[in-house]
Amino acid sequence: MHANTNIPAKPFNKSSFVIRMTLLMLVALTLFGLLTFDYKDLVLSEAIRKTGDTLGTMLIEPHAKHFTFGEALGQVTITIGLAFLTTLFGAVIALFLALLTARNLSRPAVSLAIKSVVAFIRAVPTVLWVLIFAVAAGLGSVAAVIGMTFHSISYLVKAYSESIEELEDGVIEALRASGAGWWQIVFQAVLPSSISYIISWTFVRFEINFAVAVAMGAAAGAGGIGFDMFMASNFYFDIREIGFITYMILAFAILLELLARWIKRKLAVNA
Amino acid sequence: MRTLLEFKHVSKQYGSETRALSDVNFAVKEGEFVSIIGPSGAGKSTLLRCINRMIDASSGEIVFDNASVLALNKNELKKLRTRIGMIFQHYNLVNRLSVIENVLHGRLGYKSTLAGVLGLYTKEEKAQAYRLLQVLGLQEQVYKRCDQLSGGQKQRVGIARALVQDPKMLLCDEPIASLDPNSSKVIMEHLRDICSKMGITVVVNLHQVDVAMNYSDRIVGVNKGTVVYDGPPAGLTKEKLRAIYGADYDKLTEEEGGRHVG
Amino acid sequence: MSGSFFLRKRLNTLFFCALVLALTIIAIIITEYDVVKGFTSVPKAAEWAVSNFVPNEKAMDKLPDIIDKLLETLLVSIAATSTAAVFALVFAVLGSQKTGIGGPFSMISRWIATVFRNIDVAAWSMILLFSFGQNVLTGYLALFFCSFGFLTRAFMESIDEMSMSSVEALRATGAGYIHIVAHSVIPSSLPQLISWVLFTIETNIRQATLIGILTGTGIGFLFNLYYKSLNYASASLAVIAIVVAIMIIESVSNYVRRVIM
Repeated sequence: MHANTNIPAKPFNKSSFVIRMTLLMLVALTLFGLLTFDYKDLVLSEAIRKTGDTLGTMLIEPHAKHFTFGEALGQVTITIGLAFLTTLFGAVIALFLALLTARNLSRPAVSLAIKSVVAFIRAVPTVLWVLIFAVAAGLGSVAAVIGMTFHSISYLVKAYSESIEELEDGVIEALRASGAGWWQIVFQAVLPSSISYIISWTFVRFEINFAVAVAMGAAAGAGGIGFDMFMASNFYFDIREIGFITYMILAFAILLELLARWIKRKLAVNA
Repeated sequence: MRTLLEFKHVSKQYGSETRALSDVNFAVKEGEFVSIIGPSGAGKSTLLRCINRMIDASSGEIVFDNASVLALNKNELKKLRTRIGMIFQHYNLVNRLSVIENVLHGRLGYKSTLAGVLGLYTKEEKAQAYRLLQVLGLQEQVYKRCDQLSGGQKQRVGIARALVQDPKMLLCDEPIASLDPNSSKVIMEHLRDICSKMGITVVVNLHQVDVAMNYSDRIVGVNKGTVVYDGPPAGLTKEKLRAIYGADYDKLTEEEGGRHVG
Repeated sequence: MSGSFFLRKRLNTLFFCALVLALTIIAIIITEYDVVKGFTSVPKAAEWAVSNFVPNEKAMDKLPDIIDKLLETLLVSIAATSTAAVFALVFAVLGSQKTGIGGPFSMISRWIATVFRNIDVAAWSMILLFSFGQNVLTGYLALFFCSFGFLTRAFMESIDEMSMSSVEALRATGAGYIHIVAHSVIPSSLPQLISWVLFTIETNIRQATLIGILTGTGIGFLFNLYYKSLNYASASLAVIAIVVAIMIIESVSNYVRRVIM
């Protein structure tokens, strides 16, 4: 017998090839980026030291100078209100669109059309939607809510329609066979089956919208706690106040996360 | 007895290549228990679904209760479907709803869109649903969620949902294919009672020949989309069975032997 | 038979709807949201956008600038994500329930991830603005911190979901901790991890626009400049450039995901 000491060559595997190429590309682009950025005359060590100091001051000695604690609380409530309205409007519109997108309830052409529109909406950053609406509606809660609603819609349509598609085709067939209409099937079979997923996704989006609403307050004058942060940073240059606001936001963000977890657990129990 | 359902030269073509049914002719009389048997992929399921137009036949004529099914408009089709109950291999219940809610879904076809959407059922409808659940031995499970039921119980809920429609005919697509022998027997006996006591015509797709022979008044054998046997169970000789199942017949008898209830 | 089952169910639904309605009204009042204006502003904005928010010939002169800044923003997003992913991987491996070294470190690692994730990217960029000024590094670091928080949690979950059999098999051969991680944990969860990295890059490009507006860098800065000077034609060209870039990145990462998952 002929002894073959060579291990046979590894067969070409597309998946691992793509993984390798992706990693290679990421490393190459990262290095290229880090080497070619225009750092101006920044002294890195100096900047890092200063950031450390800033963070220290901010986190250890927070204070509120330009507003009271109660006022800050009021501003956070406004931010939550913006997030709530955005989530609600987004959820209602997204639910309707998701019914028309889900493969088991819709026609392929309609589904594809909505998916393309949604992909376009998603590609435009939220802040740009808000600023574009601000030209027509003026800076304020209307532009903020409508601008932010766009992204909520695109996010939720995808999440909802995937939840809806989980329902077996057979259930829909059974109701159609008994003479039920489209709307009846939606309300009697589709929604009862997917409602807990829908609520849980809506909450995830609510959490995201809270963060987005903070950012929009800062970047697009939408009001709420984000605007105070913007003022503290860009006008009063008061790092301690930023620290105070950051703590407030952090506290509410964690509160929302706990609430979301509680609701998810509750739904899982009832599910 | 008068004829309730009649297939006249019915064909169904998928795309340009696949022919699921070709020139199918047969009739079902009122109150009859008819089984459709044949190997998998023979077109049994397509045939059944052509009756309530879950699938539209490509050509030919299907007459149900003196009306041509293929000519119906949207509203008439809805009316037709309310008069034909259907049960499925995988039960197709909304698992997260209670038993009674699933049963009441059978009434949706009779309701206005809004009443159906809101789930507004009358007292009589609820009473009727409850009565049917009693008949099927599910009175203990009325408010249980369907995902807590066994397969046999789920299929009985499926039957109740079909019966609450007050149908003239019941279409059963492989009703016992996912069930154990005992549950299968319970389901088949319920179906026979529905036929003999309630006078509802039953058309059932089966792949177990022994079960079909035991319960049916008449058997329709299908192979490759054509009807190759149409007659009483007694006339189903070995040769006829070989014509229905082709070369698979001997294998089939080996596999099925004694596994299913008779 | 009792009708209370249906009654209770209906009351539940009714209660839920009433709750949502009440919260909506409260939210409308405290945010001073003008409902009528909300409805009318959508067609108004659409009308305005169609007639004013389109690139014209003059805007085309700005295209080189826009592309230049866009590329910078893309590179910042990718660099921030990749470097954050490296750190996140270390933290996730050490903090995961399955591969973690356990004890307080696992807790701390999860806690750090939560804090970093919940300090918004807008807050990070304003904090960094103090010492880094209008610099690419401001945006880079803001994205880095947020991506680090997000990816640590995502990686941890992916590793936790992984099946432990291969780890056990390796442990049985006497392999050390580093070997187990390098030859079992990372290879078997790699597709998941890459998918998360790609997702974060997509998100970061959108976030980078926001950071750019806040810190005066990249494509966001350019958009803001045109927008504030009412040069809507050029601003719209910037938006189109961003949309095209994001869609290209999305389709590339969708392709990669399809092949590797």
